[in-house]
Amino acid sequence: MISLKPDFCDIEIPEKEHYSIEDYSSSKARWCSGCGAHTILHSVQKLCTDEQLPPEKTVFVSGIGCSSRFPHYMKTYGFHGLHGRAFPVASGVKFRRPDLHVFVITGDGDCCSIGAGHWVHAIRYNMKMVVLLFDNSIYGLTKKQTSPTSPLGTHTNTHPTGSVLPPINPIQSTLGLANVSFVAQTVDWKPAHLNATLKKAYDHPGLAFVRIVQRCPIWMRENYEPTVKDPDAITVLNHENGIVLEEQALKKFRHIQEHDPSNLVKAREIAELVKSTTPIGLFYQNKEGTRYDEYGAHNLGVPVEDRIDAINSLMDKYAI
Amino acid sequence: MINDKVEIMSNNSETIKSEPVKIERKQIREAVVEIVSDSGEGAQKCGQSLGTISAKMGNGVWTVEIIPAEIRPPARSKAGASGIRVRMGSKKVTNMGDHADMVVALNEQVLYGRIDQNAYKPGTYLLIENKWATDTEETNAAYTESIQKFKALGYIIHEIPMEKECLKHVSDPRKGKNMWVLGLLCNIYDRDLSIAAEQVKAIFSKKSDDIIQSNIDLLHAGYAYANDKLPMHFTIPSKISKEDFVVMNGNEAVSLGVMAAGIEVCSMYPITPATSASHAMAEKMESAGGLIHQAEDEIAAIGFAIGASYAGQTAVTITSGPGIALKTEFIGLAVMAEVPLVIVDVQRGGPSTGLPTKVEQGDLLAVLYGAAGDAPKIVLAPSTIEECFHYIILARKLAESFRTPVFVLTDANLATGVQPFPRPKIKSAWFPDPIDQSKWEEGVKAYDWDPDTGLSKRPIPGQKGGMYTLTGLAHDEESHVAYDPAINQRAAESRSRKLAALHKTLKEPKILGDKSGDLLLVGWGSTRGAIEEAVERACERGAKVSSLHLHFLSPMEPGLKSIFKNFKKVMTVEINYSDTIGNPLITEENRRYAQLAWYLRAQTLTDIDCFSNVYGQPLSPIQILEMLEKKLDLTLTE
Repeated sequence: MISLKPDFCDIEIPEKEHYSIEDYSSSKARWCSGCGAHTILHSVQKLCTDEQLPPEKTVFVSGIGCSSRFPHYMKTYGFHGLHGRAFPVASGVKFRRPDLHVFVITGDGDCCSIGAGHWVHAIRYNMKMVVLLFDNSIYGLTKKQTSPTSPLGTHTNTHPTGSVLPPINPIQSTLGLANVSFVAQTVDWKPAHLNATLKKAYDHPGLAFVRIVQRCPIWMRENYEPTVKDPDAITVLNHENGIVLEEQALKKFRHIQEHDPSNLVKAREIAELVKSTTPIGLFYQNKEGTRYDEYGAHNLGVPVEDRIDAINSLMDKYAI
Repeated sequence: MINDKVEIMSNNSETIKSEPVKIERKQIREAVVEIVSDSGEGAQKCGQSLGTISAKMGNGVWTVEIIPAEIRPPARSKAGASGIRVRMGSKKVTNMGDHADMVVALNEQVLYGRIDQNAYKPGTYLLIENKWATDTEETNAAYTESIQKFKALGYIIHEIPMEKECLKHVSDPRKGKNMWVLGLLCNIYDRDLSIAAEQVKAIFSKKSDDIIQSNIDLLHAGYAYANDKLPMHFTIPSKISKEDFVVMNGNEAVSLGVMAAGIEVCSMYPITPATSASHAMAEKMESAGGLIHQAEDEIAAIGFAIGASYAGQTAVTITSGPGIALKTEFIGLAVMAEVPLVIVDVQRGGPSTGLPTKVEQGDLLAVLYGAAGDAPKIVLAPSTIEECFHYIILARKLAESFRTPVFVLTDANLATGVQPFPRPKIKSAWFPDPIDQSKWEEGVKAYDWDPDTGLSKRPIPGQKGGMYTLTGLAHDEESHVAYDPAINQRAAESRSRKLAALHKTLKEPKILGDKSGDLLLVGWGSTRGAIEEAVERACERGAKVSSLHLHFLSPMEPGLKSIFKNFKKVMTVEINYSDTIGNPLITEENRRYAQLAWYLRAQTLTDIDCFSNVYGQPLSPIQILEMLEKKLDLTLTE
């Protein structure tokens, strides 16, 4: 049970198999009541059902933190690893397993702080996977410390008089990285938009980076409640190539901005102007970027005889 | 430029004869040759070629690179010495030997560092480039002073106009001097000129015919010069079969081992002296069905390998001590979550960035214990270049059978040392069976630990019914986070039990020499050749000393306690730090022991002494003999 069959991509899934949403549900999620992660979990399970992803071919890789418990609540393969290190693991999984559907579940600390170096390179590798950044702007599992995305002045246990640095803007940062191919933002409390965003991300041929602005009812209630309640707080980016909402759903938003997701310069402008409003939608998409997983999969299944020939030809170089 | 040590030595050696001795073609058993130069002058290429030519002639060979810390250190400086030592013998050669017999110096200043390291002895031939005698006033003064010093130290000096001779064939003598010197040495040591010419062709195979021809011309010119102008000529008869041998260094052997083990993912981040282990395979890894991934950092390199391994790919990560330090958190995860992984640690001097190009066996305790909590893993230490190849194949087998990380500890000495060995016949059995992605048996858990051995099968993504979430948190057999403390105890026992199960399959280490006596030397890794040669030489002089060499360090090889009981004293010989008895502050109570000694004392409750140092140099037999003289109160060296 060591390496891959040359034809492992051809493994047959019985045709009549159908997965219902329960087939993706594992143990009861242990997040706090009112936590936005519950909605995201449900939305991801809905995506899996809609796309009929075989659970055994689906892998959720996470780091450490509240968000990163996510794989335990899915009935698929999962990898709950180290703080900040979900990206390298997920890249290793996808590199020579193109048959797997790989999701990365990461939090604001995990991705933008301890794992920021890997984040930069994961964008550059542009492997086909869906990255969900659960951004609640606070360190939850360790009980309220400042996060790299906490708004300036946030009162936390490490900054009781208010945090002193301006936050990282994950959308702005990702849009600035080399080989960026898909950047979207959504919020956990708008399920229609969340579902549509996940679907768009899943369909993207490279790395789809989705920041989900997420409520933390325990440590950041005062930060999110106004946004959740205020219809003016959100601007929807709208375009036929973007996250497309049904008319009825779109009508629920007061601010709608037309934005073509092929326009990287404009995407950066919108990302930079986030102050009083949260723009949600597809900022940028490029389906043509170089994909490292395609390099990783290119020589799978070399027969043993050919391998031995290659080693012997190298060995000849050292022969005396 | 002249340091205190040289001054003192020269005062003591006034009486030593310094005139060259005329030697007609003399048969010798072996020779140690050094070529030293500024960086970038090709001394290593010259020495490697001399080694390969000798191996092709059926001689035993061991080479050691002399590497400065920088790529281009200041020219004509002691610290900038770059070069190579080649030991050629009639029999198998297992280590770098004692003092050099012959040195070719492309400038005389680079010799001082080697003199400091006691690399030469009175009677050593120094062949020195003499252009510095006339270059400038400044170099002339330094040159003249140096020649006088060296003569006073008893070295036999030949001043040779190397560049001037090379200029007859090439316009830039810096590009070509090394092949001229190779020709010179080929004549002095009676090397086969046609084999040498083939070797030159092989080196420059990617260059134009003109370049190949001019280098062959240089080879011939150097050969002719020595024939006409130098009085010393030696033959080293060959006694080794040269059928189907290969000659390579330890990193190249690791590289080929990775491919032969059927490993499909080599994930690394460049670090000296480990990096070249990925260079050697770079050309053929893809046609051998694998890929090299150069990660963004050491942590990502191992994370990537663990991800690949979790998904069913065989993976290796290759690094050195500082890389291991960064990878440690992931190593702990691999132990906890039982992910198979081969980790090659090409050790270098430490702590911190330490001595990047120099040898040390300083990571043993770090890999055994340097993790969060108790993280038992398998640790192997090859002791020869040949073993570097085979131990990678073994490591992969163990990693996957025992579902755990397996360390292979080599070091800078093995990494750059070149030795011929029988060409391995690549076996299909070394390659992995295809992944079994058939349905996971119902009721079998992700960690279905056998209570006696701790062993369990592992499901792989793609396998229906085997779904689980791997976690670094304490977990039960189904990989659910453990909220019951008894689960942690049971899981820790299972992970640890695997080492005991492997221990049951190991054999007692072989003893070199008598099974009882006054002293037993215990070594591990690259020091084996020097230890065994010292023991053989000591035994010839009547010492009751034996040695054994450990290849499995975790689990430890069996039977040690009863073996140790048959010797009056047991001591380890290692290249890492230990306190030396003699300093007034050092007592039995506070002495810090060398790493294997420390570990063996704990494992066997035996009073084990140690001999170790951190000069960054491979141990030579003479150093060990001198130590034995003191311990056994015998004369063993002269």
